[in-house]
Amino acid sequence: MSDAGAPPVQARGLVKQYDDVTAVAGVDLTVERGDVYGYLGPNGAGKTTVLRMLLGLIRPTSGEARLFGRDPLVEGARALDGVAGFVEAPRFYPYLSGRKNLEMLAALDGHGAAGRIDAALDIVEMADRQKHRVGGYSHGMRQRLGVAAALLRDPKLLLLDEPATGLDPAGMRDMRALVARLSSEGTTVLLSSHLMPEVEELCNRVAIVRTGRIVYEGDITSLRARAGSHWRLRTTEDERARRVVEAQRGITAVAHDPDTPSAPGALRFEGEEAAVGELSIALVEAGLGLLELTPVRATLEDVFFTLTEDGAAVPPSSPADSDAVAA
Amino acid sequence: MPALRIVYAWELRKLLAQKRTYLGLGAAVLVPLVFAGALLVQNGQPNDVAFGRYVRQSGLAIPPVLLIFGSIWLFPLIASLVAGDIVAAEDHNGTLKTILTRSTDRSRIFVAKVLAAATYAFVALTAMGVVALLAGIAVSGLHPLVTLSGTTVSSAKGIELIAASLLVYMMPLLGIVAIALLLSVLTHNSAAAVVGALMISLILQLVTILPGLGSLQPYLLTTQFNAWQGFLRTPVDYAPVVRAAWVCALYAVPALAVAFSSFMRRDVTGG
Ligand SMILES: Nc1ncnc2c1ncn2[C@@H]1O[C@H](COP(=O)(O)OP(=O)(O)O)[C@@H](O)[C@H]1O
Ligand SMILES: [Mg+2]
Repeated sequence: MSDAGAPPVQARGLVKQYDDVTAVAGVDLTVERGDVYGYLGPNGAGKTTVLRMLLGLIRPTSGEARLFGRDPLVEGARALDGVAGFVEAPRFYPYLSGRKNLEMLAALDGHGAAGRIDAALDIVEMADRQKHRVGGYSHGMRQRLGVAAALLRDPKLLLLDEPATGLDPAGMRDMRALVARLSSEGTTVLLSSHLMPEVEELCNRVAIVRTGRIVYEGDITSLRARAGSHWRLRTTEDERARRVVEAQRGITAVAHDPDTPSAPGALRFEGEEAAVGELSIALVEAGLGLLELTPVRATLEDVFFTLTEDGAAVPPSSPADSDAVAA
Repeated sequence: MPALRIVYAWELRKLLAQKRTYLGLGAAVLVPLVFAGALLVQNGQPNDVAFGRYVRQSGLAIPPVLLIFGSIWLFPLIASLVAGDIVAAEDHNGTLKTILTRSTDRSRIFVAKVLAAATYAFVALTAMGVVALLAGIAVSGLHPLVTLSGTTVSSAKGIELIAASLLVYMMPLLGIVAIALLLSVLTHNSAAAVVGALMISLILQLVTILPGLGSLQPYLLTTQFNAWQGFLRTPVDYAPVVRAAWVCALYAVPALAVAFSSFMRRDVTGG
C-alpha cells in the first residue's frame, strides 16, 4: 500500500547473494523527498544490484525495498508509479528508431506518456536523430535516449545508475546539468556513481559503499568535515626535527610522510594552527632550517578511498588540489 | 496499466520490424509456390504421400500434401523461429529491463508475447494454406477432391474441409509454440530455443518408429499433426480431432505454466 508520507526510497536489510558472491550485504537506505542522493562506491560494490532490487528487476535474497511505500515484489508495476530510471547502460530495440522505442515505452506507461515524447527528445537534444534506428546510435546517444525514456514517466523519483559513465566531457556536463535542473524542479534523485567529484557536485547526501555494505552515510557537509587535514614538514635535520615535533604540545599523529618521495625525511602530523605556529618557533629556536611547513587538506576523494580500500591510510593530496576541491 | 490489447499490438509491431519474421513467412509462402512450379515443369506426382496421387486432378489436393510434408520440420521450424526468439531476443538486446521498468506488469507482457507468437504461427500457416490453394487451383484447376476414404467431395466442400484442417493443424503448432517459448524463457538464448524446439519435435517423431514405443504414438504432440486428416474422410472422423485437442493441451499448458512462473520470478540482470 502507498501512504502519502512514505519516503521515495526505503530499503531495509537488503541482501543479494549470487552463489558465492554477496553482491549486497545488508543495505539500509532512506532517500527523502527532494534529495539528490549519491550511492557511491567502486566497481563491484553492489550499486547496480541495489538499484535492480529497488526497481523489482531482481529478488532480494532477504530484506525489502519500498518506493513511496510500495514494494515492487508485491505490487509489480504499480510500485513504479512516479518512478523512472535505468540500471547500467539503457538498452533499446536496435531495429526500431529512437522515436518508435519511446512510443512503445510510452504505450507501456500509459498516463499520457505519449504526449511527452517530443518534449523529452528536446530536453536530451535527440530530436534530430529520433527517426534513426537505435542500432546506429553511439553510447552517448543511447544514454540520452535512456534519460528521455525516463522523462516520459514524469517521475517524482529518478533512479540513475552511473549516468555519466562513458560520456564525453560535454555529455557529462549536460547530464549533470539535467540532474541539477530536475532536482531544482522537485524531482528526487538517487544516482549511483564511482566518481566522488560527480557526487560532490550534484548530491546533498551520500552513502559510500564497499563490497555490498554502506560504510558511510550522511550529508555531504558532514563528510567534508570528516575529511580533516594534516601538515607536512621538511627541515634541514630530520632526526632532531622529529624530536622537537613530538615534544610540542597540541601536535599529534606524528609520522613519516610517505607522499614526498623526493624528501624521504619529511614528516606529517596533525594539529591546530596555533600549535603549529608555536612549533615553527620551537624548530627555529632549536637551530633547524625550515624548508617546508604546509597544511594538507584531505579531499573527499581521499575519504572515499580510505573508506573503500583495504587498510589504506588517508592519502593526502597536494595543497593545490585540496583547495580546488574544498572551494 | 495499459490494456493487453496495446501491449499485444506492440509485440506484433516489434515482430514486423524484424527480419527473422519474414524468413518464416517467406518460407510459408515460397514452399507452395515452389511445389506448384515443380508440378508445372515436371511430370509425375508424389505417389507415396496421401493426396499426392491427385495433385494433378485437383488443386485442392495440394494444401493437404504440403500439410503432411510441413509437419516433419517446416512448420515446427517456422513457429519456433519466432516463439523461441520472442523472450530470448529481449535478453539478447538487454531490453527486458527496459520494458519491465514501465507501468506494465510482467504477467501482461508474458501473455502479450504468447499471443504474438501464436498469432505469427497462425498467420504463417494461413498464408501457406491460402497460397497452396491458389497455386494448386492455378496449376491443376478447381475440381472435386478425392478423400482418404476414396469418396469424392465437391470443390466447395473441399475448400471448407481444408480450412477446417488448417484450424486443427494449429493445435499441435501451438504446442510447438508453447515449447519454443518455454525454451526461450529458460535458455535466454534464441538459437538454443529454436533448435531445441525443433529437436524435441523431431525426437517425438522418432519415438514412434522405435520398437516397443509404438503404443505411445497417439499421445505424442507430433502425431496430432495428422489429426486434420479425420476431416478428409467420409463420414468425418472426429476422434483424432478430439484427441488432438486434449493431447496438445497436455503439452502446451504445462509448458506455458512453467514458462510463466519462470518469467515472473526470474532475476532480470542482463543488458
Ligand atoms: N547476475 C549476477 N551473477 C553473479 N554475480 C553478480 C551478478 N550481478 C552482479 N554480480 C556480482 O555482484 C557484485 C556487485 O555487482 P554490481 O552490483 O554490478 O556492482 P557495481 O554496480 O557497484 O559495479 C560484483 O562482484 C558482481 O560480480
Ligand atoms: Mg554497476
